[in-house]
Amino acid sequence: MSVKVYIPRDTTSLALGADHLASELAAAVLERGEEIEIIRNGSRGLFWLEPMVEVETSAGRIAYGPVETKDIDTLLDAGLINGETGHPLCQGLTEEIPYLKKQQRLTFARAGITDPVSLEDYQAHDGFKGLKKALQMDSQSIVNEVKTSGLRGRGGAAFPTGIKWQTVLDAQPTDGSQKYIVCNADEGDSGTFADRMVMEADPYMLIEGMTIAGLAVGADQGYIYLRSEYPVAHQILNEAIEKAEAAGFLGVDILGSGKTFNLEVRLGAKAYICGEETALLESLEGKRGMVRAKPPLPAIVGLFGQPTIVNNVLSLAAIPYILAEGGHAYADYGQGRSLGTLPFQLAGNIKRGGLIEMAFGLTLRELLEDFGGGTYSGRPMRAVQVGGPLCAYLPESQWDTELDYEAFQAIGAGLGHGGVVVFDDTVDMSEQARFSMEFCVEESCGKCTPCRIGSTRGVEVIDRIRNNENRDANMDLLSDLCETMIDGSLCAMGGMTPFPVQSAVKHFPEDFQKDNAETGA
Amino acid sequence: MTTLNEQARNQIAKVITDLQHKPGALLPILHGIQDRLGYIPPESVPMIAEALNQSRADIHGVISFYHQFRSTAPGQHTVEICRAEACQSMGARQFETHVKHTLGVDYHGTTTDRSITLESVYCLGNCACAPSVRVNDQIIGRVTPEKFDGLVDELRSQKLEVQ
Ligand SMILES: Cc1cc2nc3c(=O)[nH]c(=O)nc-3n(C[C@H](O)[C@H](O)[C@H](O)COP(=O)(O)O)c2cc1C
Ligand code: SF4
Ligand code: FES
Repeated sequence: MSVKVYIPRDTTSLALGADHLASELAAAVLERGEEIEIIRNGSRGLFWLEPMVEVETSAGRIAYGPVETKDIDTLLDAGLINGETGHPLCQGLTEEIPYLKKQQRLTFARAGITDPVSLEDYQAHDGFKGLKKALQMDSQSIVNEVKTSGLRGRGGAAFPTGIKWQTVLDAQPTDGSQKYIVCNADEGDSGTFADRMVMEADPYMLIEGMTIAGLAVGADQGYIYLRSEYPVAHQILNEAIEKAEAAGFLGVDILGSGKTFNLEVRLGAKAYICGEETALLESLEGKRGMVRAKPPLPAIVGLFGQPTIVNNVLSLAAIPYILAEGGHAYADYGQGRSLGTLPFQLAGNIKRGGLIEMAFGLTLRELLEDFGGGTYSGRPMRAVQVGGPLCAYLPESQWDTELDYEAFQAIGAGLGHGGVVVFDDTVDMSEQARFSMEFCVEESCGKCTPCRIGSTRGVEVIDRIRNNENRDANMDLLSDLCETMIDGSLCAMGGMTPFPVQSAVKHFPEDFQKDNAETGA
Repeated sequence: MTTLNEQARNQIAKVITDLQHKPGALLPILHGIQDRLGYIPPESVPMIAEALNQSRADIHGVISFYHQFRSTAPGQHTVEICRAEACQSMGARQFETHVKHTLGVDYHGTTTDRSITLESVYCLGNCACAPSVRVNDQIIGRVTPEKFDGLVDELRSQKLEVQ
């Protein structure tokens, strides 16, 4: 039997040449008269090692990375096919790489281990165990299990998932029977890629989670609203949905239960605001992505006016584990009101970027230093934005904060979707503040004045500050403007854009006091 | 405005009939048209409006809301530069200046030889290996000015082959 060699097919691996590497490796092996079976797995999320090639041995998989095509010959000479460990790119047993070994992978347990579209692989690694259990349970019991898990929405707002599901379970559709499950796969925050990794490395887990949600509230139709910036995820999801349907895990009469759940992927069209759940629903209905006033909640009046669960990819992806192992097993991880695990995403100017799934409670510094190993550039780290473009920039004095929802709230920051973007000391924080406002100008839905006009004014005021025009007066103006946006905006786009701006002003005041010669603005 | 040829009109009509039965069909229809033609010709607006029983203004309003939809033909290839934070931290601002200078166009512009249309994008999910660009449906990480210039040469030579 030929040796199994794994080369990922996720976006980042492909972006670093994995396709080309796979074909060149196959050709080189053939030329040497040897035989291997190349499997295109998902990524383990150790992105600094991508493209990472793994070779199956009796002791487990041996990893090599980052591998370029120019390394193929020396790797083969050094016995890659037998999993020999002498080559400088060899990382040893994958499971023993500290970055991976230290993690607590519940949601990402299968990521990078399986072929993402293989139903056999999925089932061999606990796949559909949760669904099979759910099919034996009544709706209320499923919802109770989710409540027990303590799971809070991973899309940013951290609302308890079980309570949302209860509301949808109890809600009466106006047209008699229709309810919907909508997966928010818009993942617009810079620095985040955990949703993408779920969809590209383990799509059946999301399909299973959504199907369980359907059983829990009596919904037979689901939509995955996927950003169009993710062409690889799109292709893999569609392939997985087709296979799951053909094998009876999705569609009518799921596993002979008589229950139906249909699933369709819908693409967004480059609009950050469509990640906001009501704008997303408008978009799914074929309209402009304008934010709706709440109440009514989408749980009661959602897609096409019917009761709807809108959950983030990671929230839904946590469900199969919760059903398979029980809500208590999930709640055993984490602390206080932040239970379970959060897949953190380490990005930007970082030496070892990647996905780190850990129980809540480790500190930001552990993430940056123990996992990340410092900046990519080798320069000192200066500012870290946690939680996406609507959350604060943190200076070093705050890096010992524990990563949990409440601890971050206490310092005026947020965890958002778990993205962590690192900047070195070349960053100009007044430029970052300007970008926050500029992004809001670009992406505001335009419904309310503080957001639409406030952000435009924000850009102008920061430009004046950077140009040293009436600097003190303009700093005051910026402060007032931020307050107006926070108080007067309908949604978090306008309401939270000021957070990164205010944090930049507060923690990096020197960047707003430079001579104009220096800012070069 | 150039009038649309028969073949393009038929393609649009087919996309509409294939998809109009879907709940919330408008975005799938717009994607379908842009996938096939590269843009959404203004002539398609009344066709969509009629099929969905909506006003032309409604359809137009949706097209203009989303950054992705365009009403004019793009160049042969579309290059999107990620402008979001993680890419900024890895030099995306300087990179963007290089790209604009090399191509001689700003965002939404098309090079004079019509080989490349330049667009911005906010995050491609490749934030751990930034900076990132997207060329048509391919995402490229850890991009540098040199790598980009090579890419542009390659894209331009592909255009010659096609012609
Ligand atoms: C401007 C804006 C953008 C958002 N983008 C996303 C997103 O890309 N993905 C996401 O899951 N939630 C996003 N949210 C949060 C959603 O509105 C909503 O809270 C979430 O989808 C609910 O799912 P959860 O409870 O599972 O987190 C965004 C919110 C705002 C205000
Ligand atoms: S705050 Fe901005 S994005 Fe949100 S509803 Fe108002 S205008 Fe739209
Ligand atoms: S910020 Fe550029 S890929 Fe995410």
